[in-house]
Amino acid sequence: MKILVAVKRVIDYNVKVRVKADNTDVDLTNVKMAINPFCEIAVEEAVRLKEKGVATEIVAVSLGAKECQEQIRTALALGADRGIQVQTDQSLGSLAVAKLLKAIVDEEKPDLVLLGKQSIDSDNGQTGQMLAALADMSQATYASEINVDGDNVNVTREVDGGLQTLSLKLPAVITTDLRLNEPRYASLPNIMKAKRKPLDVKSPEDLGVAVSSTLTTIKVEPPAERQAGIKVASVDELVEKLKNEAKVI
Amino acid sequence: MAILVVADHDNSTLGAGTLNTVAAATAIGGEIHLLVAGSGCSGVAGQASTIAGVSKVLLAENAALENRLAENVSLLVAELGKDYSHILASTSTDARNMMPRVAAVLDVDQISDIIRVESNDTFARPIYAGNAIATVQSSASIKVMTVRSTGFDPVSAEGGSASVETVASSHDAGVSSFVSEELAQSDRPELAAADIIVSGGRGMGNGENFELLYKVADKLGAAVGASRAAVDAGYVPNDMQVGQTGKIVAPKLYVAVGISGAIQHLAGMKDSKVIVAINKDEEAPIFQVADYSLVADLFDAIPELESKL
Repeated sequence: MKILVAVKRVIDYNVKVRVKADNTDVDLTNVKMAINPFCEIAVEEAVRLKEKGVATEIVAVSLGAKECQEQIRTALALGADRGIQVQTDQSLGSLAVAKLLKAIVDEEKPDLVLLGKQSIDSDNGQTGQMLAALADMSQATYASEINVDGDNVNVTREVDGGLQTLSLKLPAVITTDLRLNEPRYASLPNIMKAKRKPLDVKSPEDLGVAVSSTLTTIKVEPPAERQAGIKVASVDELVEKLKNEAKVI
Repeated sequence: MAILVVADHDNSTLGAGTLNTVAAATAIGGEIHLLVAGSGCSGVAGQASTIAGVSKVLLAENAALENRLAENVSLLVAELGKDYSHILASTSTDARNMMPRVAAVLDVDQISDIIRVESNDTFARPIYAGNAIATVQSSASIKVMTVRSTGFDPVSAEGGSASVETVASSHDAGVSSFVSEELAQSDRPELAAADIIVSGGRGMGNGENFELLYKVADKLGAAVGASRAAVDAGYVPNDMQVGQTGKIVAPKLYVAVGISGAIQHLAGMKDSKVIVAINKDEEAPIFQVADYSLVADLFDAIPELESKL
């Protein structure tokens, strides 16, 4: 089967973001960028499915400015076979991304699309579900286990209160949770090999998708600062404060 | 125009987040209708009808809705939702699973996880794991949103007297089916919904030592969490991870034990009402956000804490 994996270029999860002084956005100039952690898990899962002989081809796709080719190369170094970049300098909302991915799905006809459950920048958690709806595919979000079984895929999901297992008809969209796997590191030889793997560049116009949004960000502000509290000298004092001052126990 | 709130439930009990979501709907203003979609869930509709501020409860029952599979429920919600100005649901996994599908079917953007209502088209939501708050205005004809429970005080579950109206539903996309579920056996509350959380970090030393935290948690009726360091070191499974790539929590009380307070961890818990830090390193960054700081060896302090609760 063919697997399509969507990867997003985001700020590295270790970086402390700073809001711009004019409150228009966070400041992303000169900060370290990386592949979104949940997308990395999606790539790893696709590679494992290929290693098990379930998948035959893995296509990694990313949407955005030219720099997102770095994240496609990372996916290729981890084991994806080829890449597709949809080049646009516009900022894309989840619905626009889902529409662009739907157009790629129409062209590539994958049996399985893997995405992260959310990106750690916008924290929307929408794209996989929207793609599944637009492409009329079954979906499983927050996957912690994936087992392909003929024309179906069984997915165990992390839900409130525990785990739930669903059986989906292929083609399906699956979004990954943290527990699904532990991504490997790309070795230097694989990074070198990845440079020679094919990477197609397309535009939203090629795909016939208008990337508009009904959402406008009015302002971006830092959250309220939390003030340091008091030091307590003993466990007794701590229990007393929690009972009588904070009244939380 | 009226607001449609999609109730969170398990066919027998109404989810607590529904009350916070109705509070968000009340802040937007307008008539509030509550949709209970499931199977054998008329009891839930009964519970829903007494929620303060709800004027009508829509009850949709269909075997295909029993497990609230996104493919099926989203078709129903999108069809009913056409007549509403806003469609809201709490940020339960069911809603986060289903609502973006509703938005896509209606061809509108979705706003996830709102924490504040500025006006009927402008909302605040955290981005970058809570390290920035974005105020977003929507010109969409139907505003599809999920509501972060910790952003809104719940409305009263009593005092309302909504009528219950049955709506027909034959929505079944037929592409997915429920196989099984395995709900956590623990008597401890679920991490995301707990009022009190006790979390351990690398300072716990090993997995066995988490037993110390479980004992404290059981006395407090608390859930137990962990930092990424504790998960990466293999002390506990990663579904216990609190932080940017783990779970985002905002309990009434968060007790951080042996956690230094790296930004990724703070991102997951700094909206907690009261934070307690127990760490032997008095320079640990966690003390900068803690309301009550105790500089002590956790192996002395935690057993003592347990004995004094």
